[in-house]
Amino acid sequence: MKIGVCVKQVPAKDAPLAIAADGTWIRESDIGFETNEPDSFALEEGLRLKEKHGGEVVAIAMGPERMKQTIKEALAKGADRGIHVVDDQFYRLDPLAAARSLAAALEKENFDLILTGLQSDDQGFGQTGVLLAELLGRPHATIIMQIEIQGASMRLKRELEAGWFQWVELPLPAVLSIQSGINKPRYATLKGIMAAKKKEIASTPRASFGVPETLTERVERIYVPHKAKKTEFLKGTPKEIAAKLIEKLKHEARVL
Amino acid sequence: MKILLITEQRDAKWNKVSFETLTAAQQIAQQTSGSISAVVIGKNIAVLTQELAASQLDEVLVIDHPLLENYTPDGFTIALRQAIEAAKPDLVLMPHTYEVRDFAPKLAASLGKGMIGDCIGYRYENGKLIFVRQMFQGRTVADVVFEGAAPWLATFQAGAFRADLAAARTDGSKAPVKALAVELKPEQIRTKPGELFREAKQAVDLTQAPILVSVGRGIKGPENIAIAQKLASLLGAELSASRPICDEGWLPMDRQIGSSGQTVAPKLYLALGISGAIQHVVGMKGSRTIVAVNKDANAPIFEVADYGVVGDLFEIVPALIEELEKSPR
Repeated sequence: MKIGVCVKQVPAKDAPLAIAADGTWIRESDIGFETNEPDSFALEEGLRLKEKHGGEVVAIAMGPERMKQTIKEALAKGADRGIHVVDDQFYRLDPLAAARSLAAALEKENFDLILTGLQSDDQGFGQTGVLLAELLGRPHATIIMQIEIQGASMRLKRELEAGWFQWVELPLPAVLSIQSGINKPRYATLKGIMAAKKKEIASTPRASFGVPETLTERVERIYVPHKAKKTEFLKGTPKEIAAKLIEKLKHEARVL
Repeated sequence: MKILLITEQRDAKWNKVSFETLTAAQQIAQQTSGSISAVVIGKNIAVLTQELAASQLDEVLVIDHPLLENYTPDGFTIALRQAIEAAKPDLVLMPHTYEVRDFAPKLAASLGKGMIGDCIGYRYENGKLIFVRQMFQGRTVADVVFEGAAPWLATFQAGAFRADLAAARTDGSKAPVKALAVELKPEQIRTKPGELFREAKQAVDLTQAPILVSVGRGIKGPENIAIAQKLASLLGAELSASRPICDEGWLPMDRQIGSSGQTVAPKLYLALGISGAIQHVVGMKGSRTIVAVNKDANAPIFEVADYGVVGDLFEIVPALIEELEKSPR
């Protein structure tokens, strides 16, 4: 089974974010990055499918040079090779242009299965998997909680809203967006990290795929949100804060 | 601006978020001197059309087809694409539900168009619509505009607009209801959908709890749930959590608040070590009073908090417990 997993690198959860000078992205200097957490569940699922059914797992990322680190982490966890679609300003792409570029890069690979995380913790479009499926002419399913391969088709457990689930059947090849929490992602072992150094990462400039630069939507500016509510911040020692908070909840908000 | 509103139903029962999006559509239609066609899609859904036709809109389009009884991305995309091609709207609006997330990008791509998803609002400025959506897990907001020719597709997050503000027709009349025939063949649908089921019995109904003490990643480990439980007991509260805590198995899934868990509006919501990702906030922002304790002063949970404490929950919670034990409610 040939499995492609789309991974992405995003600002670390605790990274202080500042808006870049052009106002449409964040300042990338001086902040840490990490693998997009939802993607680590997709990677883990890919690795488990390979362990069960044999085959190959390919980690795919698009973006600037720093994305290589996320591919390397995937290789260290057990992916067999990497594909890096290089674009220093990937953030200006809209979901469709990004997916068209990825589709162009992946078309010749003929993956049996392409996995993505549910969404990225930076742009959070949550569209890439569904768009890839449409552009590659594959069926798709999203918010997947369990995968059972049955020959040329799959039985999939989808999560719906408000605690509902549904089993659906889908033929291979296909594209799946994996729900976070489906598994417990593994850590890379020292042996894995060493082995990863010998694994191939094929880098291709995104521009070489000739995907048109015309956008269907454009981010005009990003900014820190205006507060919907005025928050009263309580300060002091923990003891003082606790006393103040209970007092306020009793006599100001009157909820205790 | 000609607006096509795509509503959502299951077993001829509304997903109520559809009416929130109707409110948005009515506002945009009013500002742009536009019109609204509302689509109901499924099988045997005639019962729903009258309620919709009593709303302030121009027509109700009914796509009723045996192959649309159960949702599939192929079936809905093929049918709705024909609806868009027939109605020729400028703007297609949908509620940002799990179902819409599953087909809307495909629908947009099949038309070669863009979709701006999960919007929390919009602005109409100088004849241009600007859609507002969150990025970086709610730590920033983005103004996004469509480029190129219509139709444009957008989805609105649950809670972005109020369903109770959706206007009825003032004269008591009904908007015309029209059947929209679509071509759809069984072999075009690649997904075989199964029955819906619920996994765990909903042991606790968090929507009924007057007070919730809710924990997030900041609780660090399952061994620390106990102090949150102790605080909850002293407050007469139920314990709840953000998604990662339930994913880890530290609390059962039925304690989860957010877009994939329960939506609550208690009189008091105490968020302990919850950063406030949008998926969580949509499930609790209607709470009357929100208290947030978080180490990160920039955590988005403070956007919705009435009282904020920037600090270590492992210092604040024991102090609260001590305070409550000293002066019982």
